[in-house]
Amino acid sequence: MKVVVVGAGIVGAACARALSRAGLQTVVIDRGSAACGTSAACEGNLLVSDKTPGPELDLALAAVRRWTETAAELLDELGPAAPDLELLHKGGLVVSRTDSGAVALRSFTAGQRASGVRVDDLTPADAHSLEPALAPDVTGAAHYPQDAQLQPTAAAEALLASARRAGAVVHTHERVTGLLRRADGSARAVRTERGHHEADVVLNAAGPWAGELAAALGAPLPVLPRRGMVLVTTRMPQVVRHKVYDADYVGATQSGDADLQTSTVVESTAAGTILIGSSRERVGFDDRIDVDVAAALAAKAVALFPFLREAQLLRAYVGFRPYLPDHLPVIGPDPRVPGLLHATGHEGAGIGLSVVTADLVAALVTGADPVLDPTPFAADRPSLAPHLEVVA
Amino acid sequence: MSSRSVDPAGDPVLPGPSSPVTLTFEGRSLEGVRGQTVAVVLLAHGTRSWRTSAVAREPRGAFCGIGVCFECVVTVDGERDVRACLRRVEGGEHVERQED
Repeated sequence: MKVVVVGAGIVGAACARALSRAGLQTVVIDRGSAACGTSAACEGNLLVSDKTPGPELDLALAAVRRWTETAAELLDELGPAAPDLELLHKGGLVVSRTDSGAVALRSFTAGQRASGVRVDDLTPADAHSLEPALAPDVTGAAHYPQDAQLQPTAAAEALLASARRAGAVVHTHERVTGLLRRADGSARAVRTERGHHEADVVLNAAGPWAGELAAALGAPLPVLPRRGMVLVTTRMPQVVRHKVYDADYVGATQSGDADLQTSTVVESTAAGTILIGSSRERVGFDDRIDVDVAAALAAKAVALFPFLREAQLLRAYVGFRPYLPDHLPVIGPDPRVPGLLHATGHEGAGIGLSVVTADLVAALVTGADPVLDPTPFAADRPSLAPHLEVVA
Repeated sequence: MSSRSVDPAGDPVLPGPSSPVTLTFEGRSLEGVRGQTVAVVLLAHGTRSWRTSAVAREPRGAFCGIGVCFECVVTVDGERDVRACLRRVEGGEHVERQED
């Protein structure tokens, strides 16, 4: 069976690895370079802390286990030539700075704990002992030891290298323009600007461009880009050891509001710089750096970590997160076009969720038992149906 | 306004009389000319490296020369992260290596 994966970001790379290792003849096509879109413009998050109980949290919990295994497998397989994935189990620290926020955080962590998340409720004093540079006005905190991060472009390249070793062929700088179908309507080949690639199975892993690609393949999907900005300081003597979030982060990720939303995320990188996120706004694919957004991020970060007042910014970058109206990724077959599958819509969680998404895709293609129930991520789920009608 | 409209007498590009300035670096007093950057004064005195990279511990100095790469940062009068390639010397600055 021949598979074409469209998109060589981390989700496409992980899926190509899983499919080629399952014995399928796999071709990966990207209109640009590998890992040059969203995978190169994010924070490399592998988080459970920002997820409410439900299918996405289940996916994230599976991803926490799978990344530890996958990182070891990649190192073993690729040897000393393997890029360092910088998989760091640094843990997340969510802090509230109002009394009502502290109460809300307690109730949020209780729900997550019941769903299998490891999370410890902390006093403000505990929070300060974990992160001494935190502002004094902390009212409550929660520590998530499972939160981790990895270097997303290195991880994507390592996954692709592993896929190649299993026989996958990667074509970059080739744009997919359409789908050729058999008489029964099923996928036969993808058409590109250079020719055709035969495919019994076509996987749409085009991230925020997956909506555009799905339309070109004859099965429109309401994937939208949501822009996030990250600020990078120069190397600083202070170190923020955890991923430290303001407790309002959860509200922002679950919102469908188009207006700018910011919620503070601060962490040090291995290089000693400090990353300050995150903003979310729907402005299409506009990649201009907006100073007002940067100022809003900076102001909130300074409120959380006052030492940042003296920080110098090295740079700022924006990335586009693939977003579906019901805030769940689509992972699975498209009932409108037999042979077409989607793996997109992970919003800000695609790096972490990529490997477990690949497990699901491989199981759905080969008929093996999936690691968890793929039904909530189906393209024909009820919560997505009204939105599919809009784009059809 | 086209460049031809600039009064030649007031054109800031024309070199005026040079005015010596000094900065101190590692106990030495280095002389430069007003208008030169900290990086230029260091380079003119044969100092090609004034920082050590964080991970590989390799020498660093002026690289891009236009304020983008941040490789040339120094501490000037106690202020961190000053890009030596952008900061013009006024005279009397105390320039230190920035190691972190």
